[in-house]
Amino acid sequence: MREITSKTITAAVREIAMAAGCDLEPDILDNLLQARERETSRLAANVLDILLINADIASRDKIPVCQDTGVAVIFVTMGQDVRIIGNLEEAIQEGVRLGYEDGFLRKSVCDPITRVNTMTNTPAVIHLELVAGDCFELAIIPKGCGSENMSGLTMLPPSAGLDGMVDFVVETVVAAGPNPCPPLLVGVGMGGTFEKSALLAKKSLLRPLGEPSPRRDVAELERKILNRINKSGQGVHGLGGCNTALGVHIEPYPAHIASLPVAVNIQCHAHRHKEISL
Amino acid sequence: MSMLRSNPDFFADLKEVSLPFAAGDVEELRAGELVGLTGVLYTGRDQTHRRFFDLLEQGRELPVDLSGQLLYYVGPSPARPGQVIGAAGPTTSYRMDVYTPRLLELGLKATMGKGRRSPRVREAMVKYKGIYLATIGGAGAFLSKCIKAAELVAFADAGPEALFRFTVEKFPAVVINDTTGRDFYEEVKNDKLEKSSDSQ
Repeated sequence: MREITSKTITAAVREIAMAAGCDLEPDILDNLLQARERETSRLAANVLDILLINADIASRDKIPVCQDTGVAVIFVTMGQDVRIIGNLEEAIQEGVRLGYEDGFLRKSVCDPITRVNTMTNTPAVIHLELVAGDCFELAIIPKGCGSENMSGLTMLPPSAGLDGMVDFVVETVVAAGPNPCPPLLVGVGMGGTFEKSALLAKKSLLRPLGEPSPRRDVAELERKILNRINKSGQGVHGLGGCNTALGVHIEPYPAHIASLPVAVNIQCHAHRHKEISL
Repeated sequence: MSMLRSNPDFFADLKEVSLPFAAGDVEELRAGELVGLTGVLYTGRDQTHRRFFDLLEQGRELPVDLSGQLLYYVGPSPARPGQVIGAAGPTTSYRMDVYTPRLLELGLKATMGKGRRSPRVREAMVKYKGIYLATIGGAGAFLSKCIKAAELVAFADAGPEALFRFTVEKFPAVVINDTTGRDFYEEVKNDKLEKSSDSQ
């Protein structure tokens, strides 16, 4: 049985939290550059230029890409043959606390009742998945809530079909307008149960931006929704043009015969993510 | 590889605006105009507003006189040693909608954030002669370079939601709502709708 210490996990979480805050990954930069190339609105093109310059400054001067360095959403994929020496939950929370402090990232987490800031950006939101083997993978999405707040979930009747699903996703994005910082990445969880669809929507954000679903019918749906969203003309920050969204990622899961849950998790253009394998 | 392109021509079009505003200044600005703000402004977001209103309810004075001022909806990230401020881009403005009419009544002249305002806030801007600006969401590192000084004024225990005074230079923004009741987001949207009905 493979052993991993809590100390190793804390150090890894600290590192990916700090890196995610200041460095956009290549998939995001490539998509922003492509959006700039096809942009039709002069004002939106100028704003895209600024977003690219912003990414440069952030990486060079180690200033966060966006001041909203988010709630730390951590995905742990752990092989069942791995044994943790120490406390996994505490190790992750400590890594988040250290990463946000040492990385000069904003502490944005507060008690939901009193609204008093915890001043450590903890607790993080942790999703643990147990798999076969002895892998141990960590991924962080520092999730900003200007975009998170524009997300939505609906429990459609199966008769609503794919048209109903497509309409709900497009309407959720269009209703959000300029609020969530378009151009967006739209994560969709489809099927499962109430909570499963929401988790799938969030998880879909881990797929490299622009990589289509491996299922051909799902990839076709993704293209269809992206086209409809970009025809809305809201564009970059609601200033017009053809780039309201950069991508739509759909993750399907079998549903009950009575049910078609659809969850839409909205992500802004500053989609920060970082992965590490121990 | 550097992602740096040529300096965006955005800046060539900026109308220079001094802060705080003198009487009548904001009435000259129109929806859709690009502005470069230079001078002093105050920051505040959810908790800052909540505390303003607690003070007002108790009949006490606010920590700053808001008349003629611009209130920027931002919760900056901490500055590294040697930096003026960390990332300092806008937060979404609608969450402050419930508070804004009262502050405009008290003499606040402009608010700045990102995203749409409510009909009630838009009516208040016409009534009290105020404007709303949007700056670039997700460009917090870039915008931090336009902030030349940052000073903590009040509510330090609110962390990023404290009240700061920023000295800014050519801080870029777009006028969304002007004192005549126009809304630039709606105009962009309606323009698109007209174009698509033309092509049918």
